[in-house]
Amino acid sequence: MARRALLPEIIRHAVLIMGAAAMVSPFVVMVAISLKPPGEIFAPQFSLLPQQWHAFENYRDAFTRVPLARFLLNGFLVTFCIFAAQAATALPMAYALAKLRWAGRGAAFALVLLALLVPPQVPAIPLYIALWQLDLLDSYAAIILPSTISVFGIFLMRQFFRTVPDDLIAAARMDGMSEFAITWRIMLPTAYPALAAFACLSFIWNWNEFFWPYIAIQSEHLATPPLGIAFFSNVEAGTNWGPLMAAATVVTAPLALAFLLAQRAFVRGVTMTGLK
Amino acid sequence: MAEPLRRSGARPGARAEQWAAWLLGLPAFLLMWAMLLGPALAVILLSFTDWSFGEAELRWHGLGNYLELWGDRVFWVSLRNTLIYVGVSVPATVALGLLAAILIEGAGRGRGLYRALYFLPVASTLLGMALVWEFMLHPRVGFVNQVVAALGFARRDWLNDPDLALLALAAIGVWQNLGLAMVLFMAGLQAIPADLYEALALDGADGAWERFRRITWPLLGPALVFVMAIMAIRSFQVFDTVAVLTEGGPQKSTEVLLYTMVQNGFTFLRSAYGAAITAVFLAFTLALTLAQTWLLERRAHYG
Amino acid sequence: MASVSLEGIGKRFGATPVLQGVSLDVADGEFLALLGPSGCGKSTLLRIIAGLEGCNAGTVRLDGQDVTELPAKARNLAMVFQSYALYPHMTVRRNIAAPLELRRLSAWRRPPLPGALLPSARAIRAGIAAEVAQVAESLGLSALLDRRPAQLSGGQRQRVALARAMVRRPAAFLMDEPLSNLDARLRGEAREEIVALQRRLGATVIYVTHDQAEAMAMADRVAVMQAGRLLQVAPPQALYDAPASLEVARFVGSPPMNILPARIGLGGRVEVEGVALPFHGPACPGPRLGVRPEAWALGAEGLPARLSRIERLGAEAILHAALAGSGTVVTVRLAPEQAAGLSPGQALHLTPRAAHLFDEEGLRRPLHATLPQHADHG
Repeated sequence: MARRALLPEIIRHAVLIMGAAAMVSPFVVMVAISLKPPGEIFAPQFSLLPQQWHAFENYRDAFTRVPLARFLLNGFLVTFCIFAAQAATALPMAYALAKLRWAGRGAAFALVLLALLVPPQVPAIPLYIALWQLDLLDSYAAIILPSTISVFGIFLMRQFFRTVPDDLIAAARMDGMSEFAITWRIMLPTAYPALAAFACLSFIWNWNEFFWPYIAIQSEHLATPPLGIAFFSNVEAGTNWGPLMAAATVVTAPLALAFLLAQRAFVRGVTMTGLK
Repeated sequence: MAEPLRRSGARPGARAEQWAAWLLGLPAFLLMWAMLLGPALAVILLSFTDWSFGEAELRWHGLGNYLELWGDRVFWVSLRNTLIYVGVSVPATVALGLLAAILIEGAGRGRGLYRALYFLPVASTLLGMALVWEFMLHPRVGFVNQVVAALGFARRDWLNDPDLALLALAAIGVWQNLGLAMVLFMAGLQAIPADLYEALALDGADGAWERFRRITWPLLGPALVFVMAIMAIRSFQVFDTVAVLTEGGPQKSTEVLLYTMVQNGFTFLRSAYGAAITAVFLAFTLALTLAQTWLLERRAHYG
Repeated sequence: MASVSLEGIGKRFGATPVLQGVSLDVADGEFLALLGPSGCGKSTLLRIIAGLEGCNAGTVRLDGQDVTELPAKARNLAMVFQSYALYPHMTVRRNIAAPLELRRLSAWRRPPLPGALLPSARAIRAGIAAEVAQVAESLGLSALLDRRPAQLSGGQRQRVALARAMVRRPAAFLMDEPLSNLDARLRGEAREEIVALQRRLGATVIYVTHDQAEAMAMADRVAVMQAGRLLQVAPPQALYDAPASLEVARFVGSPPMNILPARIGLGGRVEVEGVALPFHGPACPGPRLGVRPEAWALGAEGLPARLSRIERLGAEAILHAALAGSGTVVTVRLAPEQAAGLSPGQALHLTPRAAHLFDEEGLRRPLHATLPQHADHG
């Protein structure tokens, strides 16, 4: 390749840096506000660092005025349970769809593709009615149950399992494994990269999910992080920005950190969604 | 020699394999019906009744709900707003995402860093960030107005101006989804063989514009359709920012389909009416998917 | 070890017949190679024996017992795959131990935690560990036991696959092109290793390959397959010296046998391109004469031909010569010193020292040399 000309490269990076600044500015503002006392927040000129540090007070308020720690705990509990259920149901189905010969395989896969087209908000009203009849509204079960199945997860894992060589499964059968043993002892371990990508996506979606908890949860102590923040912002009614931004920082941090640590898995998960 | 046996030709143990497959698929199959397909069908059936939440009886109402939707001003405003939101945010997201992808893909140094920074909003909690945006769009001290003022324009009360609120929400949507479009485009770009660019250079065309026009753009076609469809479907689902920042206001200027659906279905407890709105929402989503499939197939025929 | 017996095996994929009436007996302790071009059905046949594939007709017997409807895991056969099919997430040690663990430990004893606490399970595990160590030792894998397959070379992976097959002392070994992913030098070593192993264990081996040199070098008997049919089963030398049909004759030997349209003249004398050759055969329709490249003699008389190309390969020279009459190109294998003075364009006369006669259907017919000094007939 020819050596790159200098000027276009400078323009390229200038544009990219400006864009990056725009993308990141809300995060910077969020953290900056979370460190400032109320007086400085409404100062006419924005400054990055506070003149008077107010971080401790803001974060303390965030954790004491609403049960922020409880929100985080709820978030972890809910995302963990949802992912566990999704993996436990999606992996065996994906293996059956990818590698086993059975009557009804085509129909089952067509159903998965059909379900893939249904946006997650569509089942909301009937699910709400069903949970109400079971007296499960406003509980952890209400948040978790509708997400226990991920057709996307089934699809993703099926695509991955199709790349596993048939010989490996034949070898396992000759070694004496049952189909169940093959699912958990052979397919699961070879699927770790795909499973990690799926775990990242599942974590993003369910940590950030607002629509359904907003409908199904009334009690503050059951709120997931986004719902908790919404409760908090209602209480403060747009006046007390310091603690609110502190809370937003705390809620956003786990995802941002997880993303920065496992960037590769995140991006792979996103690109595995079907771009071929 | 023995009489040749007629056999099915199935692998020994094939029956066991059938059973195993059914058992392995059963939990997912049941949950899929219970949580997705069943309720989706129920929504459609419910939309033909006049049931309100908590009522004892379910009465057939035919197309009543749809006729009411037809005459409902709020529904039309809501649909119009949703389409405007999609129409503004999708082209912007796709164009900026493509630009970012091409620039980052060609940047030797700092590719990983740029990618991480642009993708960060996708992985962050939209609801928390929406509150940050609320502050950034604050009429007096907001960061946005400070920039606007510095550039010599008039300050605005973005979220409380009926002419601007929807656009402000669309801008937040672009900010959130741009990184996703970028990552998908980068995967598409990486699938273009490098030797095509080398062949083009040997043919004498080596300018950035020529490279884009002759190779990148035509070969990126399927990815483009795919990203547009994903972005359109995602934008159609706009809800979080509306619910927490504007609640549909001011003067219904940010009333969008899902928000109207939640209002009717859960706040006013008009379940059947909400179901009808859901059915409309589902129809639009399916239409987008069909359009995507049609475009990709058409390309494949000419390709 | 056990004998394997196939009777009338037939297999279709949809409407396409893949195997047609294949019958074959493999004796206890025999090394049998299934040789054929790709797509001839040899791998399918192996998978039917293994129980990984079903058949539409026929019977598979192990030691006389009908196992046709028995699933793979109940047959006690071991298979070495072309891709080796090692479990990528397990160490070499666990890969080798896997078949033993699955057979000897019941499901609830397998997980490490409850399993480790049970004395009976511990004794079984100790036994497995000892056997794994012994097999690894015999294949020179002891130093690699804690690596994973991705950290091994091709040759090492191949040996791990062998070890995994050996460790449970199967009734027979099935090998599906196990050496085709190795480079030429390693392949030679691995051939010897497998044969030595087979002799030492007295193992029954059914070995699928498309490489005739591999089949000839390793097997006690070679079964040649084509288009789903078994053409001939014979020891390597017999296969070469007395191919039952034209198809086998063409497939076995490199460069392949020269096949020339012939005529049976007066008194059974064989003629090619009007030249009488020193052989007598029975009158039959559509006769063809097969001559191995090394069976030609250069002389003053015989078939006139013009030398078009010489490949000097060091240990031998391969001549390509066009017959004067039809222009048909024949190949001739000579010792390098015999080919020393030859150059392209030169006229030659070729006489077969040995030859094979095939009739219209491609079946081999008896052929006798006319002259006593050429008694080494085919």
